[in-house]
Amino acid sequence: MNIMDTINSMLPGFLTADGLAGIADEAAGVVFLIMCAITLIGGVIACNSERLVRAVAGLAVCFVGVAALYYYLNSPFVAMMQILIYVGAVCITIAFAIMLAAPEENKKHGPAGPLSGPLGLIAAGLATIGMIGLALKTDFIAMPKVNMGSVKLIGVELLTTYSMVFELVSIVLLIAIIGSLVIARHGRSK
Amino acid sequence: MDLTIFNAVIAVVIAIAFAAANAAYLVLAERRGAGRIQRRPGPNVNLFGILQPPCDGIKLMTKQLMIPGGADKALFMVAPVLAMAPAIMSFVTIPFSDTIVAHSMNIGVLMIFAFASFGGMAILLAGWGSRNKYGVMAAVRAVSQNISYEVPMLITVITVVMMTGSMDLREISLSQSGGIWNWNIFPISMKDGFMLQPMMPISFLIFFICSLAETNRAPFDLGEAESELVAGFHTEYGSMGFGLFFMGEYANIVIGASLITILFLGGWDCPLGLYPGVWWFLLKIYLLIFSFIWIRWTFPRTTIYGLLNLSWKILIPISLFNLLLTAGLLKVF
Repeated sequence: MNIMDTINSMLPGFLTADGLAGIADEAAGVVFLIMCAITLIGGVIACNSERLVRAVAGLAVCFVGVAALYYYLNSPFVAMMQILIYVGAVCITIAFAIMLAAPEENKKHGPAGPLSGPLGLIAAGLATIGMIGLALKTDFIAMPKVNMGSVKLIGVELLTTYSMVFELVSIVLLIAIIGSLVIARHGRSK
Repeated sequence: MDLTIFNAVIAVVIAIAFAAANAAYLVLAERRGAGRIQRRPGPNVNLFGILQPPCDGIKLMTKQLMIPGGADKALFMVAPVLAMAPAIMSFVTIPFSDTIVAHSMNIGVLMIFAFASFGGMAILLAGWGSRNKYGVMAAVRAVSQNISYEVPMLITVITVVMMTGSMDLREISLSQSGGIWNWNIFPISMKDGFMLQPMMPISFLIFFICSLAETNRAPFDLGEAESELVAGFHTEYGSMGFGLFFMGEYANIVIGASLITILFLGGWDCPLGLYPGVWWFLLKIYLLIFSFIWIRWTFPRTTIYGLLNLSWKILIPISLFNLLLTAGLLKVF
């Protein structure tokens, strides 16, 4: 505490804790935009890169951006789970599969007619206009904060109100595991 | 004190300095330890080689950064940074004592594991990006090892979290304060009356093995088995790219030792209940790091099958059983 006060007194006014706190409130919007930009850039890399491993890296950047948005929205638990599961497990599994399967270096383009470019552009434009229209028309209401991002409350909710969903998700995962085991067994017996 | 940008900047600077200093001097400790165990001096010029790390740093920084011809440049450059940066982020939430913590989070344990999971991505990108056969093979090995040891590690952490009822690292430390008999590693606790926790030594053992494997340390250093794979995933890296991988590795070792200290060895608590403080924390983590070095230079490397079998066939069943038993005991008592 004392060290911090000493350091504070040695700095010019705008660099002290109070000064920076003032800037922080105004900077919050900028931080939000930076997070959106990171997410979008990651998404663009994931869709457009020629090399598949680069696409996975872009996907990881995109997931980190989304996690940052969750953190910004006061849900650190969801943000950490997003990183742990999507970057730490999903991305690594995809990259693993790509490296072991060693697909062709250059992405093979599927059969695309001459109309695919213009049609895609029109569809994207229409979607954008629709989104902008919706965003402008919607009356945004600030929702009250629910449960302060508490892990305990999330756990209680998962095992009471949403226990059905929770069980269904675990059944889906179980089926996925059994399916992968069956496929692996099939290959081994030959 | 509130978390302002100013405090955050100071915290990050201290975390970077701590990580870098530790990386530099743990390399020296590692080499001295290896020398001692192999009956040779190790780096010993000017006062136990105290100037060796700065010299090594200058050498690494002045070397030319070579990018191999066929490499994927962007990924090749990103991978070392990705190995180092998450390790520094994890330091932010580690409580070194009751008051010394940059940002106490109520999900501290989860945050450290989330950022540790970037490590696998860094290794994969490094191995693949350098377009080296050895690199790719080492990356596949290291990552399969990392993901298979993450499972028993997380399951074991759940037992500690269940005992404490909190994921806050500070709360977990505080719940063990007041002397060696309250620490989580022992099968009984006197903290809130007499409490039986018979599975805790097993949890500690599993967690210790898993943190050796997660930091890619011998006997589990299959990712850089130099007799088979040249230097593993960082074969193609020279100069500071290699330096960053090294710093990341040692920063991860410090984080692993800190986690073991906080989860099982009482954090900053003194064994006899006297003068708790940051010095006890540092003493404990450096003793643990010493044991890591000791194990590295006295055990032979395992094979990749032995390694994966140990995780999937032994550690995961034991840790699941451990979890069930701990849950049952908590329900009964």
